[in-house]
Amino acid sequence: MIENILDRLKADIRFQEGLTSCMNCGICTAICPAAEFYKYDPRVICNIVQSRNINEIEQLLKGDEIWYCGQCMSCKTRCPRGNAVGMVITVLRKLSQETGYFVESEKGRQQFAIEKAVGQNIINQGYCVHPDIATYENHPEQGPVWKWYLDNIEELSTKMGAIYKQRGAGALRDVGEENLDEIKKIFEVTGGMAFYDNIEQASQKAAEELGVDFQEEYFMKVYSENSGNHNR
Amino acid sequence: MQKHYWNEYQKEIAADRYFYARSCIRQTFFPGSETAFLKILQDELGKDIYDSADQHTCSGIGYHGDVVPFLTTSTVIARLFSLMTEAGYKNYVPSCITSFGLIVEVLDTWKHFPETLEQTRESLLKATGRTFEIPENVAHPSDIIYKFRNELKSKMKYQLIEKSTGRPLRGVEHIGCHYAKVFPDKGVGGAEFPHVLAGMIESWGGEVVDYPERRHCCGFGFRNYLVQANRGYSVSNSHKKFESMAPYKPDFIIANCPGCAMFLDKWQYTIAEMEGKTYDEQGRGIPVFTYEELAGLLLGYDPWKLGVQIHQVQAESFLDKIGIEYNPDEKYKGASGEELEHPQKPSVLKV
Repeated sequence: MIENILDRLKADIRFQEGLTSCMNCGICTAICPAAEFYKYDPRVICNIVQSRNINEIEQLLKGDEIWYCGQCMSCKTRCPRGNAVGMVITVLRKLSQETGYFVESEKGRQQFAIEKAVGQNIINQGYCVHPDIATYENHPEQGPVWKWYLDNIEELSTKMGAIYKQRGAGALRDVGEENLDEIKKIFEVTGGMAFYDNIEQASQKAAEELGVDFQEEYFMKVYSENSGNHNR
Repeated sequence: MQKHYWNEYQKEIAADRYFYARSCIRQTFFPGSETAFLKILQDELGKDIYDSADQHTCSGIGYHGDVVPFLTTSTVIARLFSLMTEAGYKNYVPSCITSFGLIVEVLDTWKHFPETLEQTRESLLKATGRTFEIPENVAHPSDIIYKFRNELKSKMKYQLIEKSTGRPLRGVEHIGCHYAKVFPDKGVGGAEFPHVLAGMIESWGGEVVDYPERRHCCGFGFRNYLVQANRGYSVSNSHKKFESMAPYKPDFIIANCPGCAMFLDKWQYTIAEMEGKTYDEQGRGIPVFTYEELAGLLLGYDPWKLGVQIHQVQAESFLDKIGIEYNPDEKYKGASGEELEHPQKPSVLKV
């Protein structure tokens, strides 16, 4: 058990700002797209966190529920007390990853895939999302026009005024080594890189425990596996 | 007298001298929209807008995907502010709605917890040797188009009116959640009655569709789309919106968030493949545009340079209703003028 779990939650400004005396009216659940789709109830999350019951909070950090929220923040708009459950969720997710508890749930383990795809792309390309990582193989739902675009990206993006992978000002430009170096240093100085490392180390351990090859299989397992136990 | 609640939420939008921060998602899926925005500001409105070659992501998708800590994100954003300061600009214009919402959150945090600003300044200095000024004004590009919507109308070649009947076209406006749901005072019209896109549709001759799920999320949901196993969440939310809007027979959809524009387009293909269902009477789907594309089309820009041919729901039904001129022979040509192999046709959605 993490002894100072409550202190660590309360130390986060977003937790202080996101939850001030929830009266459990449930309007957040009524408006929440995730509550309609998943076995998820933001009102209950607030109740548990507000109860200060360490055992129950620890179960949240180990479970699937905190990973269902889509961060649309519709809860903030409607809460009569101005609370933002989505922001409380952000803090719970951060703590779940810092403690390593995230690998104990199917949805939590998916953080490895996000770190590998989006997280590393920020460091390597200077973009969160870029056509090079939105491959048709991993995104068949994008349809045949997307495949056509990717197959002809230089011809088509240039026609639309972009400068794909070239240095200079413009869409899809090469961000440049000097800029990437500074982004990397920011991640090193501010704990971003350590956060990535922690996700990777906990995931490697989880892969060993699950008997899955970390290098060859684990990414696709967490990226594509769905037990089907999450929906209403 | 009818009360217009959106009038109570007005924001200050700088009139000139902008620093443009490009969007990862808009560049990826709508590169022509960013080109068009700069062209509209520079050529149509005569504004000074700066496009830095050294800019990069704000890290927002990583932040909301929960892999990038807050201090890291705020320092990455501070580096972008440093580029703005270095270039001599004070008005920051982020192309992405996630970026816009995150910057508003970071600025609000710095304002109410000044120690976080100091921590960010120290981190940026230590990592890069850079300093920065806080922007005087932050506006989304849709705010700027909204501000100058009437001036642009006077330059437009077309209006949102059906050529054959004179009927105003019906437009669904979809506002990205992070535009105003967290900080309603930072959006034109607030969170409940956002007027930023409705104002464009009304000024340009169209009619705004009001439907039950108008403010429902498109379903991006960050990790709910980024991870393949979760995409059922994403498509289900768009599905809910299409089912709700279809009875009102919209002629088009516009969105100010690039993610929303992409999902509302692509999920129509996915739903058609999954269920055999399309949301217009001809089986072609409802065309989806960014606000830059819509403005550009009405200004008479070449649709294929705007990039509407890389949408999955094809734009011709919309262009033909208005009578927008285009050359079909140019649609599948690349920048070199060479005819490219055409995309495969979907099994259900007509193209």
